[in-house]
Amino acid sequence: MSILSMQSSRKDVVLMIAFAAAVLAMPIWLEPFGAAYPDLMQKFAIFGIFAIGFNILFGLTGYLSFGHAAFLGVGSYTAVWMFKLLSMNIIPALIFGTLIAGLFAVLIGFISLRRSGIYFSILTLAFAQMSYNMAYSVLTPITNGETGLQLAQDDPRIFDAAAEGSGLPLPELFGVTMQDFDGLAGFYICGILLIIAFYISLRIFRSPFGMKLVAIKSNQNRMGYTGFNTRPYLLVAFVISGMYAGLAGSLMAVTDPLAGAERMQWTASGEVVLMTILGGVGTLIGPLLGAGLIKYFENIFSAYNEQILHDIFSFLPEFLENFMVFIVNPFVGEGWHLTLGALFMVIVIFLPGGIMEGVNRLIAWVKRDRSGSSGDGKAKPQASEG
Amino acid sequence: MSEHKISRRGVLKAGAATGMALSTPLIFTSQAHAFRNDPGDAKSVKFGFNVPQTGPYSEEGADELRAYKLAVKHINGEGDGGLLNTMKPLSLKGNGVLGKKVEYVTGDTQTKSDAARASAKRMIEKDGVLMVTGGSSSGVAVAVQSLCQEMGTIFMAGLTHSNDTTGKDKRRYGFRHFFNAYMSGAALGPVLEKEYGKDRRAYHLTADYNWGWTQEESIKNTTEGLGWETVNTVRTPLTAVDFSQYITPVLNSGADVLILNHYGKNMINSLTQAVQFGLRDKQVNGKNFEIVVPLFSRLMAQGAGKNIQGILGTTNWNWSLQDAGSQAFVKSFGAEYGFPPSQAAHTCYVQALLYANACEMAGTFNPVNVIKALEGFKFDGMGNGPTEYRAADHQCFKDVLVVRGNENPSSQFDLLKVVQEVPRSQVEYDPAIFGGELGPYEV
Repeated sequence: MSILSMQSSRKDVVLMIAFAAAVLAMPIWLEPFGAAYPDLMQKFAIFGIFAIGFNILFGLTGYLSFGHAAFLGVGSYTAVWMFKLLSMNIIPALIFGTLIAGLFAVLIGFISLRRSGIYFSILTLAFAQMSYNMAYSVLTPITNGETGLQLAQDDPRIFDAAAEGSGLPLPELFGVTMQDFDGLAGFYICGILLIIAFYISLRIFRSPFGMKLVAIKSNQNRMGYTGFNTRPYLLVAFVISGMYAGLAGSLMAVTDPLAGAERMQWTASGEVVLMTILGGVGTLIGPLLGAGLIKYFENIFSAYNEQILHDIFSFLPEFLENFMVFIVNPFVGEGWHLTLGALFMVIVIFLPGGIMEGVNRLIAWVKRDRSGSSGDGKAKPQASEG
Repeated sequence: MSEHKISRRGVLKAGAATGMALSTPLIFTSQAHAFRNDPGDAKSVKFGFNVPQTGPYSEEGADELRAYKLAVKHINGEGDGGLLNTMKPLSLKGNGVLGKKVEYVTGDTQTKSDAARASAKRMIEKDGVLMVTGGSSSGVAVAVQSLCQEMGTIFMAGLTHSNDTTGKDKRRYGFRHFFNAYMSGAALGPVLEKEYGKDRRAYHLTADYNWGWTQEESIKNTTEGLGWETVNTVRTPLTAVDFSQYITPVLNSGADVLILNHYGKNMINSLTQAVQFGLRDKQVNGKNFEIVVPLFSRLMAQGAGKNIQGILGTTNWNWSLQDAGSQAFVKSFGAEYGFPPSQAAHTCYVQALLYANACEMAGTFNPVNVIKALEGFKFDGMGNGPTEYRAADHQCFKDVLVVRGNENPSSQFDLLKVVQEVPRSQVEYDPAIFGGELGPYEV
């Protein structure tokens, strides 16, 4: 696997620059896909962070956590509480959201990591479901139950009580609200954090610490016999990954100041597992692609209805048009889960390494093709670094 | 190389370019004052229908969507015109809104605040809708309404019955045609007194979110005002399907009335299970045990079957009403879909029409003017008699129906019998009692 081969740091610089450019240019290149609107791009970035963090645990150590949504929820609730209590500035919300989620991860990780394999998964799942149910029952004074935690006019907000206008305040970063510049302000805040998160993940993948995590994945017993106490490393990986989820959760609250318990439901935990597997476990970019794909399906495919389908197929003769709409209709709109399920099956069966395996195979195929003719396939990227 | 010549054309070009560059900030500032999703010269405008297509309120959501599609047809001048024939005063001309054809986009709220807001955001940011409407849960309504206030897009609430929607969480950009829990309590009180007397012990089961909370509070206040005693109030999760663990304690609590603050599939399940536990055949304190469902709908009655017979509740509207508006609506809905509409369908249809009509009245889609046209708007012929959109809290005031599950239904839809049409004056209240603030016109 590519993570084991120590690549030159130069290549990483190129990767980092390309990644940053791709993220920052999202509003341009997503336009043809109909996905270049702020809310969806924010979701791409937020769930990208979530999936990257999840991948640090699952991809590197092989420990499959089925309760990561709990940290997402904790991050969201903390962030909204920071808005309510401290300030509408997003910085305290982001910092505390990440930290409290980290603390929560220490607690859950300390207990769950006493087991491995399926037992670990079940333990994390149990903790997440406990958090979810508690948010709906005994913790309603903190979480506001089903209605969701929301801002109110009479919140204390001790740091910015002076500048109180009419109407509810919006989350802001030193005066720039998330809605400014047609919502792009919110996206770029998420996007820049995504780039930072990706960079940290890259450093972890390349670090000796990352190597130890991969060693745990390949054979934990052997690590133990060589005198390594693996648990502290696992716990650190778990906490880092929980903090990523907390950051993603607080960003959700930043872009939309509301926190609901359904963010902690097991389906949300399952979703990030799907994202990671779909994109490619243990690869750097894969989880991001998976997150993007799932969110794209959820938001764009689910909005297709018969009217739109008729428009799409309107170039066909009428009976063919109706036939096509009849065939496609169950797969869009409410049926988007069906399409996603089918896609998931195809990928798991034919590309067990996820989308990234497909991409790598494609690159290898192109390279082989080109090396046959000129043989300088490798020289190209180096020249561009120059 | 060519020599540098200053041509007239070049000077003009440079001048034009400089002018453009200088005026760019002006363009931006003028845009900042314009409203979001201004249709400009476009031939059509879009409405966003955000309804629950999955989850406990999906039945209502499906019916709401049917009503919206019908409303769009009628606004565009297709079909038989429906309530456009009976609404007074009417500004719509049956050629769309302000001459623009109405189109729509749909979304699934899943009865989750998160999903509903994501879906509404998509409609506003991507599809460019001018108005979002729908919803069958007050939790969702409050969440979407505050989002719409931030975005400066009008929200015409669908079925939402909590006092909060136009009470403590009211917003300048949100409007509600549906009645609320306070009105249910005020309308139901005298009927309960007449039917069940002044000496009763009530036990509440309540859906655990803002609608359930305010309804429980309103009904509790009313019944305690009658002299009833409240034995206990128990909150149940919205996602609950099995209510047996909540119903068993009722049997031994000494209560003789069970009040179900449930709606949709929640209510169908809790009522069915309460009847199966034999609550209605019991005698407690020397009286017949009674069940009350303060908010009723025909769809729920259909789901609950025989269990609903004889049970009292309130409803916003019922298809069996005999006024011209109701009959016109039932006729065109029935012709389209083959069965009568529910109260959810009715309120959503009316909301879509009211918004379109307000745009026509204001002569613009600018939400500030549309809001002003809707505030204090008095209308008739929409099935509820004379109705007013109160300016102080954007709540519609009209008569409330007290209904009873029909003992001898003549058809599978004839499930609710109107016991009393409670006049508006009896259910009116001071807008200040719930607190909250509408917020600014300009956002």
